[in-house]
Amino acid sequence: MSRMFPLIVEGAVTRRRGKVLVGPVDLRLEARGVTVVIGPNGAGKTSLLRMLHGIARLNEGRVQWACDEAEARERQAFVFQTPVMLRRSVRENLTYPLRISGVGRKAAEVAAEGMADKIGLSGALGRSALALSGGERQKLALGRALIREPEVLFLDEPCAALDGRAMREVEAILLAAAEGGTRLIMSTHNMGQARRLASEVVFLLGGRIHERGAAETFFDNPETPQARAFLRGDIVE
Amino acid sequence: MGDLWDGLSQAFFLLVTLDGDLVEITLRSLQVTLSALVIASVIALPLGALLAVRRFRLRRVTIAVLNALMGLPPVVVGLIVYILLSRSGPFGVMGLLFTPTAMIIAQVIIIVPLIASIAHQALRELWTEYHDLLISMNTTHVQRMKALLWDGRRALLTASLAGFGRAIGEVGAIMIVGGNIDHATRVLTTAIALETSKGDFALALALGFILIGLAIAVNFAIHWLTQTEREGRW
Ligand SMILES: Nc1ncnc2c1ncn2[C@@H]1O[C@H](COP(=O)(O)OP(=O)(O)OP(=O)(O)O)[C@@H](O)[C@H]1O
Ligand SMILES: [Mg+2]
Repeated sequence: MSRMFPLIVEGAVTRRRGKVLVGPVDLRLEARGVTVVIGPNGAGKTSLLRMLHGIARLNEGRVQWACDEAEARERQAFVFQTPVMLRRSVRENLTYPLRISGVGRKAAEVAAEGMADKIGLSGALGRSALALSGGERQKLALGRALIREPEVLFLDEPCAALDGRAMREVEAILLAAAEGGTRLIMSTHNMGQARRLASEVVFLLGGRIHERGAAETFFDNPETPQARAFLRGDIVE
Repeated sequence: MGDLWDGLSQAFFLLVTLDGDLVEITLRSLQVTLSALVIASVIALPLGALLAVRRFRLRRVTIAVLNALMGLPPVVVGLIVYILLSRSGPFGVMGLLFTPTAMIIAQVIIIVPLIASIAHQALRELWTEYHDLLISMNTTHVQRMKALLWDGRRALLTASLAGFGRAIGEVGAIMIVGGNIDHATRVLTTAIALETSKGDFALALALGFILIGLAIAVNFAIHWLTQTEREGRW
């Protein structure tokens, strides 16, 4: 079992030029499950994921993994809302995370081929990543994040540019990863997807955790009127 | 008018028959400038990458110095190198003054700032694109610089070509430190200056054509590189 958890967040705040992006956040995440972060545009979903991952400056409070920080950094990966493509071939995008952690070229390429197969990009291995469509880019970003078999995987709206079928494929990959022991922490605007994947839900509003609970309870019986309105698809202030 | 036509036709004759002096001077020019280019690129490209990825204390100062050096008249660079290499100067014992090595040193000093600041500009852009990903992957500073240098290679080649263009056409500094010695340190630009002052337009024009040809080739290469860059090829 993972030695990274529990993840303890206390009074954590991220600001940008004085403006609070997210926080103060108090949160305790256990080793099991899939946490789905939801909330309206600008609620702070991206900011929260970045803060937990440690790539946003922490202005106050703390984000504490159970293991030491260097180790925690090595075992996480992040899939960005707008996928970042290295200006290289699809194959080299996939091998990059392995190569920088010291895996040999041959082994990395074998792993890349396996991963390309999984994400349905086998035919595109030799193409420039810049020549991929938006959906293909998202899949490549996911494959690149999974290839080091991270213990924790952050995903910021990983299916935003995917059609129905690609979304199902990606969800299958995510569920398989979760079953394999990868802890998923993701945001989504797709409530269907949230229901399918989540074991627990964090509902953000105005940069704060407004409500949090086990997925079933949250979806069937949200506590706050704002969460109820959000799930109905109403505008939440 | 007659002089000009005479000069032109003789110049073409020199070019077509691959005149010995012409070839020697051209090859020396290329040798000096390509050596300077390799050395300058090895210094300037990593420097550009370092300036892009690291927020170190002397970063602002370094950028300011580079910009100031870029505006430095080459003649002044020549003067300084001359003083340093002259027999009474600190490096006088090495006996480098009036050798191709001295010219290479002067050209390196002239083009390092140019290549470094073009490289820095291009890599800074790439870095804003890569920043989140490479930080997230927990890369070391060296790995980040490597990724930028590799993935920005087209822009960097453009930077180097700009340096080549500047160096091959430079005359003031290498005239001072090289001395324009026949069969030793005479290069395209200094030869043109000399032949023109002697009134021998034929050789001057022939050398000029070569210089123009090189400049056009470099610009063509830069154009082609930016083109493929935009289309996202290799
Ligand atoms: N770089 C930044 N500078 C200033 N403000 C920012 C910056 N990034 C985000 N914000 C602000 O922080 C708040 C939270 O943004 P965040 O991107 O976390 O929202 P989000 O929930 O991910 O939204 P979306 O659903 O649109 O992706 C927003 O009000 C946004 O305008
Ligand atoms: Mg977002």
